[in-house]
Amino acid sequence: MAATSRRRSPYPYWFVLPAGAIFTVFFLVPTVSSFYFSLTYWDPFEARFAGWDNYIQFFSEPYLVRGTVNTLIFAFLTSGLKTVLGLLLAVLLTSGLLGQSFLRSVVFFPVLVSTIGVGILFKEMMHPTDGAMNLGLAALGLPKIGFLTDPSLALFSVAMVDVWRGVGLATLIYIAGLATIGDEYYEAARIDGATRWQQFWRVTVPLVRPATTTVVILSLIGGLRLFDLIWAMTGGGPGFSSDVLASVIYKQYQAGFWGLSTAGNVILFLMIALLVAPLAWWLNRRAIDA
Amino acid sequence: MTRRQTLLGLLALGGAFVIFVIPFLFVLLNAMKTAQDASQLDFSLPERWVFWQNLVTTIQTRDYALLLAYWNSIVITVGAMTLLVITGAMVGYIVQRRPSPVTRIVYMVALSGLMIPPAVVPTIWLLQSIGLFKTLNGMILIQCAYGMGFTVLLYRSFIATIPRELDEAAIIDGAKPWQVFFKVVLPLLKPVTLTIIVVQSITIFNDFTHPLYYLPGRENITVQLTLYNFQSQFVTQMNLLFMNILLITIPPLIVFIFFNRQIVAGMTSGAVKG
Repeated sequence: MAATSRRRSPYPYWFVLPAGAIFTVFFLVPTVSSFYFSLTYWDPFEARFAGWDNYIQFFSEPYLVRGTVNTLIFAFLTSGLKTVLGLLLAVLLTSGLLGQSFLRSVVFFPVLVSTIGVGILFKEMMHPTDGAMNLGLAALGLPKIGFLTDPSLALFSVAMVDVWRGVGLATLIYIAGLATIGDEYYEAARIDGATRWQQFWRVTVPLVRPATTTVVILSLIGGLRLFDLIWAMTGGGPGFSSDVLASVIYKQYQAGFWGLSTAGNVILFLMIALLVAPLAWWLNRRAIDA
Repeated sequence: MTRRQTLLGLLALGGAFVIFVIPFLFVLLNAMKTAQDASQLDFSLPERWVFWQNLVTTIQTRDYALLLAYWNSIVITVGAMTLLVITGAMVGYIVQRRPSPVTRIVYMVALSGLMIPPAVVPTIWLLQSIGLFKTLNGMILIQCAYGMGFTVLLYRSFIATIPRELDEAAIIDGAKPWQVFFKVVLPLLKPVTLTIIVVQSITIFNDFTHPLYYLPGRENITVQLTLYNFQSQFVTQMNLLFMNILLITIPPLIVFIFFNRQIVAGMTSGAVKG
């Protein structure tokens, strides 16, 4: 009798333990302890309590402030462009064009290529005097541009390359989203006399919203965390003009300012949490309303 | 196909050629030039075609560093994937089959890994204190932890499509929980497992940032870092640098050709249900 009363679930919790142990030790413990270490003067030898000093420094040193602002500019710019271009490309590439499946592969392939490889390639193509892009501009009789050497342009040049590299993923997600919209919606709209333009705004855009949510959130998180492309193309330069939080974290770590580096990590974490969580909630809510 | 679709298609093909194909041609052509020729950085055919010499020189550079890097990257990728698939599937299974406050928390914590940037310096401190800093084993466990969110997400939604009656039949036959999972459920997870392996192994193979932090040292070089070391050594030898880019792009290209469907499935998961 006792045996039946304490019947065990066929889905025991201990199944979670192996993954849980790895995840806790290698991800959760460092994440939680980063809040403490960000409040210390920390170098390879010792950690002394410092109060808010690292954060005060982060928001008073001009080059650190620049990195924080650049992170936001970069993430919103690339996320916005990937969303808009991704949707337009997806509509184009589902309209039954000549060479459609080949085009999809071509647009998507950069997503799978080494980011550092892409960075080095474009760094050479954007060389201020000899780069292929500037030779092209010169051939058209246009002035040469210091894509990566002009401090006011460097961040935007890297952002354009990031869009080039990532728009394929946005397109792919939108193509999957468009496939779920039934033809009957478009037929009904046509019968009501809607133009192609109206069909796009009144049918496609609202009904593809789950895909939009995914694209916006994924590309925003990716943009806020981006390190490798910036590192390969500008190293944060010229000066600190294209530094972002991720490159500041790396530089401060290399310089031995571990506490400051970790404060940068915490700021990045808070930035993502405060921007992405409300945005995801808002986009999902609207999807249910629609 | 209407005339409009053909015309628009031709236009799109032309645009795609300029924007997406030319950069890759640039890599290919420069990888086949002599050092002097490639240093011009222009878009032209090689004066002399030296593909083979460049290939051999690139591989031999720094005592065959590229081959060592390939070996290290393969060890890390295979090790992390094996751990991820087995442990991640177990979590996805329990989270999907046994809805409770405990599993809801487990699932949310796993998903938080998709969003939260890893705290790099505290991770280095931790790896040092348990003796795993600068080791392949440490890197394998790190990649496993960082890939857990995606893996659990995909397994959970796939397991929802497998009827519970299958588990129940096995339970009535007297199977233990681990037997139900490993003998009945796991074999049915092949399609989603393939998707996870394809997407995650490309991610791990292409990872530059985390080996840079957690795996410094010449003997620990991974594939993406070969470019980085290479660039400082051969300031003028652009041809070898581009050959190196070419050589590390080949594995993802092969995977893309053979597993296109899995890549699409993996990367668009979540797009439809939101």
